[in-house]
Amino acid sequence: MIVRISGEGQFRLPDEDADRLNELDNRAVSAVEQGDETGFHELWSQMLEIVASDGNRLGDDELLESDVIMPPRDVSFHEAKGEFTGDGLIPDS
Amino acid sequence: MPGLAGRMSTVIKSKISKALDRAEDPSETLDYGYNKQLELLQNVKKGIADVVTSKKRLQMQSDKLEQQVVKLDTQARQAVSQGREDLARAALERKTLAQTELQSLDTQVRELEGQQESLIENEKKLRTKIETFRTKKEVIKAQYSAAEAQVKISEAANGVGEEMADLGLAMQRAEDKTEQMRARASAVEELESAGAFDDITQLGAGQDDIDRELAQLGAGAQVDDELAAMKAELGSGGDAPALEKGDEGKPA
Repeated sequence: MIVRISGEGQFRLPDEDADRLNELDNRAVSAVEQGDETGFHELWSQMLEIVASDGNRLGDDELLESDVIMPPRDVSFHEAKGEFTGDGLIPDS
Repeated sequence: MPGLAGRMSTVIKSKISKALDRAEDPSETLDYGYNKQLELLQNVKKGIADVVTSKKRLQMQSDKLEQQVVKLDTQARQAVSQGREDLARAALERKTLAQTELQSLDTQVRELEGQQESLIENEKKLRTKIETFRTKKEVIKAQYSAAEAQVKISEAANGVGEEMADLGLAMQRAEDKTEQMRARASAVEELESAGAFDDITQLGAGQDDIDRELAQLGAGAQVDDELAAMKAELGSGGDAPALEKGDEGKPA
């Protein structure tokens, strides 16, 4: 799967990571809904950690669409309220 | 593709797809797409230039304040040496205010610098992608049938479209931040033009609005401490050089 961190670029991740990311994504949505800022930032850094540890940066000459677009690394809790709603970043199938 | 960045890239993508659907000759669309990309790249460059201008303006303001801090400190010392505690206090109050503004300006300049760097880096990346698109489009024109070309180029165009949308979002964030800083910078300028950072040789005899404002800023404790330290260091009322100019504290 291809993941973009907004403002940073695209990363290629093993497809198995989709489930882990999706679970964190859904939990992040609940945290945002409950106004749990600390909880959200904790989950958010776990999501970033997965991309950092498993992801390989796409070359600038690869023109591909992302499967998931993550907000900027320094996303504020206020901004997160617009992103982490419903299914979150990753649609639940 | 959910999320704000996703929505933005969808907008760009649908525009490109529409153009592709309408076109009878894919190679025309390819050239159109490429020219559109170059056009958007120009906007990005302009956006970066705006950030640089804002940063320079804040930097100039910060340099000016820094000079004021040094000047007010010198004047406070001179006032202490001449036993003019009232003038020293006024100078230190102004210095404290200037220092507070200076710190906040410096933080903002650093933030803008970071944003500028990442925008420049992303602009470079986008330029490479557009260049790749140009190469790909020539290959597609030469090698593929019209139908195949549609599919191939949609992929590539969407890839570039997403990159652009993302950079657009980063620009938007930078602009919002610069907007906030501009407001802050104007506030500092207003204080400046009201005389809040003027040196004490410009002070009139009585309390003016600025003095009352300064007194309300709660700079009191810090000013007291600093004044005490200065007195201890200089020994109050010793022989010292007179105030630089407009010296109203000099004994007649």
